[in-house]
Amino acid sequence: MNNIPTPTFEWLPLAPVMAVLVAACLGIVVEAVAPRARRFILQVVLVVVGIVAALALLIFNFWSGNVGILAMGAIALDGPTYLMWAALLVFGLLSILVFAERRIDNGMTAFAASAASVPGSLAEAEASQARHEHSEVFPLALFSLSGMMVFASATDLVTAFVALEVMSLPLYLLSGMARRRRLLSQEAALKYFLLGSLSSAFFLFGMALAYGYSGSFDYRGIDAAVSAPIYGHGLLVTAMVLMAVGLLFKIGAVPFHNWVPDVYVGAPTPVTGFMAISTKLAAVGAMARFFFVAVGAERWSWQPMLAAVALVTMVVGVVLALTQTDIKRLLAYSSVSHAGFVLVAVVGALTSTDNASSVAAILYYLLAYGFATVAAFAMVTLVRNAAGEANDVASWSGLGRSNPILAGAFAIIMLSFAGIPLTGGFIGKWGVFAAAWVGGYSWLVVAGVIASLVAVWVYLKVIVAMFFSAPVEGVSIAKGSLVTLIPIAVGALASVYLGLFPGPVMDLMTGASIFLR
Amino acid sequence: MTIPWLTLLGLVPLVGAGALLLPIKELARYLGMFFALLTAAVGVGVAVMHTSGVALAEQAAWMPAFGAWWALNLDGMGLVMVLLTVILVPVVLLAEWKLEGIGRWTPQAFVALVLLLESLSVYTFLAADVLLFYLFFEATLIPMYFLIGGFGGPQRARAATKFLLFSLAGGLVMLISVIGLYAYSLRIFGTPSYLLADLVKLALPTDVGRWLMLGFLIAFIVKAPMVPVHTWLPTATEQATPGTSVLLVGILDKIGTFGMIKFCLGLFPEASAWVAPAMVVLALISIIYGAVAAIGSSDLLRLIAYTSVSHFGFMVLGIYTFTSTGISGSIFYMLNHGFSTAALFLVVGMLIARRGSSRVSDFGGVDKATPVLSGFFLVAGLSGLALPGLSSFVSEFMVMAGTWSRQPVIAAISTLGTVLAAVYILLMYQRTMTGPVTEATATHFTADASFREKWVAAPLIAAVLLLGFVPSLALNVIAPTTQQTMSQIGISDPVAPLGEEAK
Repeated sequence: MNNIPTPTFEWLPLAPVMAVLVAACLGIVVEAVAPRARRFILQVVLVVVGIVAALALLIFNFWSGNVGILAMGAIALDGPTYLMWAALLVFGLLSILVFAERRIDNGMTAFAASAASVPGSLAEAEASQARHEHSEVFPLALFSLSGMMVFASATDLVTAFVALEVMSLPLYLLSGMARRRRLLSQEAALKYFLLGSLSSAFFLFGMALAYGYSGSFDYRGIDAAVSAPIYGHGLLVTAMVLMAVGLLFKIGAVPFHNWVPDVYVGAPTPVTGFMAISTKLAAVGAMARFFFVAVGAERWSWQPMLAAVALVTMVVGVVLALTQTDIKRLLAYSSVSHAGFVLVAVVGALTSTDNASSVAAILYYLLAYGFATVAAFAMVTLVRNAAGEANDVASWSGLGRSNPILAGAFAIIMLSFAGIPLTGGFIGKWGVFAAAWVGGYSWLVVAGVIASLVAVWVYLKVIVAMFFSAPVEGVSIAKGSLVTLIPIAVGALASVYLGLFPGPVMDLMTGASIFLR
Repeated sequence: MTIPWLTLLGLVPLVGAGALLLPIKELARYLGMFFALLTAAVGVGVAVMHTSGVALAEQAAWMPAFGAWWALNLDGMGLVMVLLTVILVPVVLLAEWKLEGIGRWTPQAFVALVLLLESLSVYTFLAADVLLFYLFFEATLIPMYFLIGGFGGPQRARAATKFLLFSLAGGLVMLISVIGLYAYSLRIFGTPSYLLADLVKLALPTDVGRWLMLGFLIAFIVKAPMVPVHTWLPTATEQATPGTSVLLVGILDKIGTFGMIKFCLGLFPEASAWVAPAMVVLALISIIYGAVAAIGSSDLLRLIAYTSVSHFGFMVLGIYTFTSTGISGSIFYMLNHGFSTAALFLVVGMLIARRGSSRVSDFGGVDKATPVLSGFFLVAGLSGLALPGLSSFVSEFMVMAGTWSRQPVIAAISTLGTVLAAVYILLMYQRTMTGPVTEATATHFTADASFREKWVAAPLIAAVLLLGFVPSLALNVIAPTTQQTMSQIGISDPVAPLGEEAK
């Protein structure tokens, strides 16, 4: 029995994840003990304090140079982890802030007063009358965030799977809690849950096969087995395909993208914003880590497969985005296409600490995409008519006239999505394409550029509507409070900053782009 | 510490554009004009420094991981284009002084966008780093998009979108080549570099060089614009205000021919020689098609756009016949065309402001009602048809002379463009200005050119005359660029065709 080591846990290096988890747990306690009237404000404070503390701890660890494989080989604290955690925390904070917006809808949040009540029932009306609200959404989001952080840094398949579930389950719940159009929201939640579980099952099956192939859940163990195989190649390829299915589902890549538009539309818009960036970031991070570290030696098998997925994702994403008339669906399909662009960099599988590497390109792209996404969905919550959010693109007409500053900020965000120079989106695209070209996939770059051109038309439609069309009666940009305006301002300014002065951030990412093995 | 003059040159209008975000309403025009004139002053200062041999090049790290630098440099061609830009912008602001806004598209927004565009264009002409050039090349589209889409005719949103999509399509094709240059500079040098000075030394495999060159060339062909991808230009000028059209045709489109010389010929000499025959044919088609379409145009603004298509054909012809005379002529043509087209657009703008229509058939007998205005129109038109004594004659002659020394037949065909130019300009003048004073003319043309309008036309006509009589002013500046380009291509000037026969 002596060969079972005592479990070790490095508290300080893992403190950022702990801080988020502790804040989430305290949130549950608050739900239990604090009076109803105080809960909301306490939860918001907890979110802000928890995430800021996590960021501070992260920066402290970064300065002290804490790196290593932690928690008995389950989590790797390395350059990419630092960057991904930082990005997750920043985007998490910005998008969870939008949850707290109560000013635009008569002092109510975007969440149902009582999610358990039947839509249209008396109970619902009563809860609404009594101005109940679900302040549980904050701890739920924090739990999800902690799962994302672990998912992006896991170097062990079991940890990765647990993290995947921790990150997904709260999201299923949150998706079903919209105050308006509740049936749609509940349908979205169910769909997300069923399809998400299915994809988790694929991932689990892949995990089992990978274990069968290598006798290890650990990425280093798998890597060793790939280098000195005992079993046939077919087993490994099957395992990779099945795990890729699970990961690609979370990323929202074609052909596993069907849930994206429905869930994005059905979920409360603040939750959509949170999902759109954070889930994608964590899943791409986990994917890159698994494919580069565990099966990096097998890249000749998975590169063509992912290249095909990237190609289809880009093309289908932009073409379907073209035909959308609902802004949330449009952003949903656009997020599908962005998943494709990110995958282009994953396909390149380029490692370097001097020049643009795949990991740096992925991170920069997601950073630019993230700032734009957070701001875009915050903006969507603000454009309203008498019935609530006005999601029809046509009803966004002429907003440039009534509120040129917010419309201008949104235009910058759209230009960043489109990848027009002087915005972060352009540098992101450039990095992604450069990584793929140097990695030997120049044909994918050509396809990506063509897809980008179609994508421009998608975003241009929104700009044309806002600036060059006559206003629609009854639609206006609501006067949001700071919790919504800050994400929009930060998103727009960061998009411009990342486009004008990419040097410092890019250098940081390039220098920290090697996965610890 | 040395003052970064080139950065400053682009920064002045940018600061101006920023200052115009303040709520100053009526003062906006004056503030804008102040910054435009300040930029012009800095531009002239830079020109003096350049000609007196002061080293102006700047280089600072921008994205080391990509090998991209904030690198600005000035050569003869760049200087000519920068001067054209800084002179045209105040003239345009003066010409659009009375512009009335539409809703939120206030005159203040117009001035701010023009200054932003000026800043980005200046950096485009100065960039000595391919990625930096690409960035500004594409970024100029944004203010231009809003200038067309925000101010102008009823179909302006459509025109703006058409413009943007054509330009972006070209630009994205170029992006492929830009990324390719990164990949190959990394492969060949070991470290990536986007500096022009480094890339010139890049020994690309022949087929790769040709593919990459094509990416650049397609973007520049769309930009220039050449037949068959010129269709966005007439649509855009028809809808945009004349001032916007001046900036579009006079400055932005020049990036096309500018880029052909600086990037296609400079970086890919072998590939450029390979593609030259096709480009010559394309140029001829542009010259003749543009001229014929101009003759057939019933709208004054479309007509001028088509004349420009024809003129851009001449510029491209001069570039791709690879002679010192031709290339110098092309660069000089870029400058002259800037002034003469600006004069045409702005004078036509004055006419349209009075008549309220841009259709040729709505005018007639204007020269009796407003003689000064029609005098401006005549001079501007004659400059467009390259009348001897006016600057465009010199450049057109140089292009043809250069072409003749290599391909006499092509040169002979291109003269057809000059003949047709006389037709479209004179027909336009005859139809609109001469003849009996129509009823509409009598009602609308009550006031001749105002003080402001005279000051708009005067500098342009003065420039056309000055460069017509003393072309050496510009040609001396251009000569070093021409020599450098010729040495990069590695083709020597042909002796006269007669001499070739002798050997």
